[in-house]
Amino acid sequence: MASLVGSRVERKEDKKLLTGRGKYTADVTFAHQTYAYFVRSPHARAHIKNVDISKAEKSSGVVAVLTGKDIANDKIGGLIAGWRIKSEDGSDMKVPAHPPLASESVNYVGDHVAVVIAESLDEARNAAELVKVDYKVLKAVVKTDQAMDSENIYKDIPKNLCFDWLLGDREKVKEAFDKADKIVKIDLINNRLIPNAMEPRAANADYNPSTEEITLYTTSQNPHLARIIISAFNGVAPENKLRVIAPDVGGGFGSKIYPYAEEVVCSWASKKIERPVKWIADRTESFLSDCHGRDHVTHAELAVKNDGTFLGFKNETIANLGAYASVFGTVTPTYLFGPCATGVYKMPAAYSNVKAVFTNTAPVDAYRGAGRPEATYTIETLVEKAARELGMDPAEIRMKNFPTQFPFQQTLVHSVDSGDYNAGLKKAMEVADYKGFEKRKKDSESNGKLRGIGFCSYFEACGIAPSAVVMSLGCGIGLWESAEVRFNPTGNVTVFTGSHSHGQGHDTTFAQIAADRLGVPLENIEISHGDTDKGPFGYGTYGSRSLTVGGTAIVKACDKIVAKGKKVAAKMLEVNESDVEFKDGEFIVAKSNKKKTIGEVAFACYLPGTYGEVKSPLPEGEEPGLKETSFFDPGNFSFPAGSHICEVEIDPDTGNTEVVKYTAVDDFGTIINPLIVEGQVHGGLAQGIGQALYENCHYDDTGQLVTASYMDYTMPRADNFPEFNLGFTCTPATSNPLGTKGCGEAGAIAAPPTVMNAVMNAIGTEISMPATAEKVWKACQKMNKSNSKAA
Amino acid sequence: MKKVSLEVNGKKVSKEVPDHTVLSVFLREVLNLTGTHIGCDTSQCGACVVHVDGKSIKSCTALAADIEGSKVTTIEGLVSNGKMHPMQEAFKKQHGLQCGFCTPGMVMSAIDLLNHKKNPSDKEIRDWLEGNICRCTGYQNIVAAVKEAASKM
Repeated sequence: MASLVGSRVERKEDKKLLTGRGKYTADVTFAHQTYAYFVRSPHARAHIKNVDISKAEKSSGVVAVLTGKDIANDKIGGLIAGWRIKSEDGSDMKVPAHPPLASESVNYVGDHVAVVIAESLDEARNAAELVKVDYKVLKAVVKTDQAMDSENIYKDIPKNLCFDWLLGDREKVKEAFDKADKIVKIDLINNRLIPNAMEPRAANADYNPSTEEITLYTTSQNPHLARIIISAFNGVAPENKLRVIAPDVGGGFGSKIYPYAEEVVCSWASKKIERPVKWIADRTESFLSDCHGRDHVTHAELAVKNDGTFLGFKNETIANLGAYASVFGTVTPTYLFGPCATGVYKMPAAYSNVKAVFTNTAPVDAYRGAGRPEATYTIETLVEKAARELGMDPAEIRMKNFPTQFPFQQTLVHSVDSGDYNAGLKKAMEVADYKGFEKRKKDSESNGKLRGIGFCSYFEACGIAPSAVVMSLGCGIGLWESAEVRFNPTGNVTVFTGSHSHGQGHDTTFAQIAADRLGVPLENIEISHGDTDKGPFGYGTYGSRSLTVGGTAIVKACDKIVAKGKKVAAKMLEVNESDVEFKDGEFIVAKSNKKKTIGEVAFACYLPGTYGEVKSPLPEGEEPGLKETSFFDPGNFSFPAGSHICEVEIDPDTGNTEVVKYTAVDDFGTIINPLIVEGQVHGGLAQGIGQALYENCHYDDTGQLVTASYMDYTMPRADNFPEFNLGFTCTPATSNPLGTKGCGEAGAIAAPPTVMNAVMNAIGTEISMPATAEKVWKACQKMNKSNSKAA
Repeated sequence: MKKVSLEVNGKKVSKEVPDHTVLSVFLREVLNLTGTHIGCDTSQCGACVVHVDGKSIKSCTALAADIEGSKVTTIEGLVSNGKMHPMQEAFKKQHGLQCGFCTPGMVMSAIDLLNHKKNPSDKEIRDWLEGNICRCTGYQNIVAAVKEAASKM
């Protein structure tokens, strides 16, 4: 039987999505449905003096108006920070309370104040306008780099500082810097982004008063986590009385990993009014209240020798957490950022120091890449600058500092199991026709255009993650993954995974893995995910973890099935178990024609007796049935790596930048389905290029979100991109039996520095993201002036 | 309230709805045709594109009452005799969708492009789809799918 792993299998999930038969949360409507609309703060920072709901309550169709006082009276707990970070001085991070509905103060525009529940959405929305909130408006803290010098937002959090974290050794770094021929310095802003999954967040909670069970449909990457948080921390219902279903989910990119206030409020309200409560964010609500991403201000330095050898690295970053510490908000700018900031290089000494601050802006949490794009942007723009200042080729300086021995103990945390960074960069230079660049540059110049080329070599730590490691670093949960492989009596298979697909194609790739492992045709395997009542507890999909962690759990469960199958087949074939081999779906006895298919064995397992012609004695002590569960906790992260090269063409008269050539060569270890992996790379690149050239979340000085619609926030469109050139190298991961490494975030990690290095190469000066036409044009004007002065 | 009569996916429908009901809401909430998606509130994202009298429109921009008597085709109406439309087939073959949320609008829009132009260039495809936002695919495989469909239609 030909192996399915490695094949370009078309996706099993596509037909329903292509024919309008998908089922997203907004598509679910219950009998006696009610509709929720949230009253949100129009101010970035204010005390709530009074909330008057009397008019709203009397409005047509209104079922209930609930406020922060109601939720406090019912002792519903607040939203949580999932990762405890300690400061350099050993003190614990400081976090403010985050009630699902505010009763005392609001801390960002869009913060939740009350919810109106009505018979229709129109009635809920109309009544929400009648809720009169009396605010005492306070001065907002908005800017990342000014937060520590501003008024305290929370009285017990001095300087608005959540933590002041250090990873690395300042002394060693000082020694390294003392020995350097040259110190290259850079100041960067990693622009704040809004994730913008195309499906707005939504929730529909249905409480059944007779069973006391809540069924919550929600747009989640991680329904099991939503259940445990809403149950154990918010205290809405015991875990066994809360079923969370994340049906088809229209993209997440990190913004749907954890439950938000709305899910908690809808679940609680449904219980209160004993009717289902449905909420769907409109797009502006999504802009205002989805967690945002990035938002770092960084000063970094690289100590180098004249021959380009790196000696040391320092990274001083201020990270904006927004108004509250979100679930992964504190780990994103620390352990997901700091270790990777030394890049893919041998770096004898390094430290990352991160000061995380609160501001009156929406909470900031994981967004595709989470910490690693910020890290890669820092080191890769710095390395490129070092090459410029030393007069070295950007490829040469990188190759000089690549590790060549694996496992490679990276400076700050990680032991990288495998990789071949030289092979990746060489291949990228080939695919990109690096040699031909000068000619293309001249051609562009003859058309009045500036052409630039940019490099980025990256590695990242994903496939999160070994529970023992992350818990020792402050993570409040384990990060293993589960799988249950269930043979049905007729020989087809259902695989339950604790991870969740919202575009990644689990229904197909996971089925490919199980099909190969069990020798069952692909079409006889269904993948089930997204319902806490069906499969075992799991930790969902983010951090490029589904395949390396969740896929491995499937492999392990399949192996247990085969192990039991061998025993049963041996008994059925009246031979010793040690004489039975399993291959391509058959249990065979060597040097004989005796065999049983896995389907026959499965059937026998469910019929532990003799029925007509079918004789199926189970071995003594074996339980009937054929179903196995595995919980896989990985021994290490996975470490994809690669080199990207971008060419841009800039019109100096308009500042318009066009990405004309983009090459990505990545090492994701073993690839299960190239069709899907390429799609993941394309999507990541689009988001990364979006960050570099187009996207920017902007709050004004009073904390109003200026970019709160698609009219104001630039989403990359089809005509913003060239056709991407992809290539792959492969060094299989040693930390999982499939040899796979995560591929979901790579594009978003590598693209921003690749593009920005190309832009800076073209215009000859530094510029911040996003490199909009206006900024580039101004930079070109400035360069013209200084060039003409020099002349 | 206003009585709205339309032909949707070949079936005549007649419903009494509030005057301000836009077509996207009419399709989703009144007819339960939830394949048409709503991804924004400023007519930017294109997830709600359907065909009205053979031309693609963003269904959030039309009042249901304003297109009285029209023929509407939604993503649900493309399958005929259990067979997907060549555009749907091409999206599947070229992996032109990931989460699937923008897909119905993208497919409807792309079909209208091919109705206008039989063999569009990459640039023409990208320009045409400028009004449909996809956050997952980076558009590359969508362009490939449209080209594939063009060769089959």
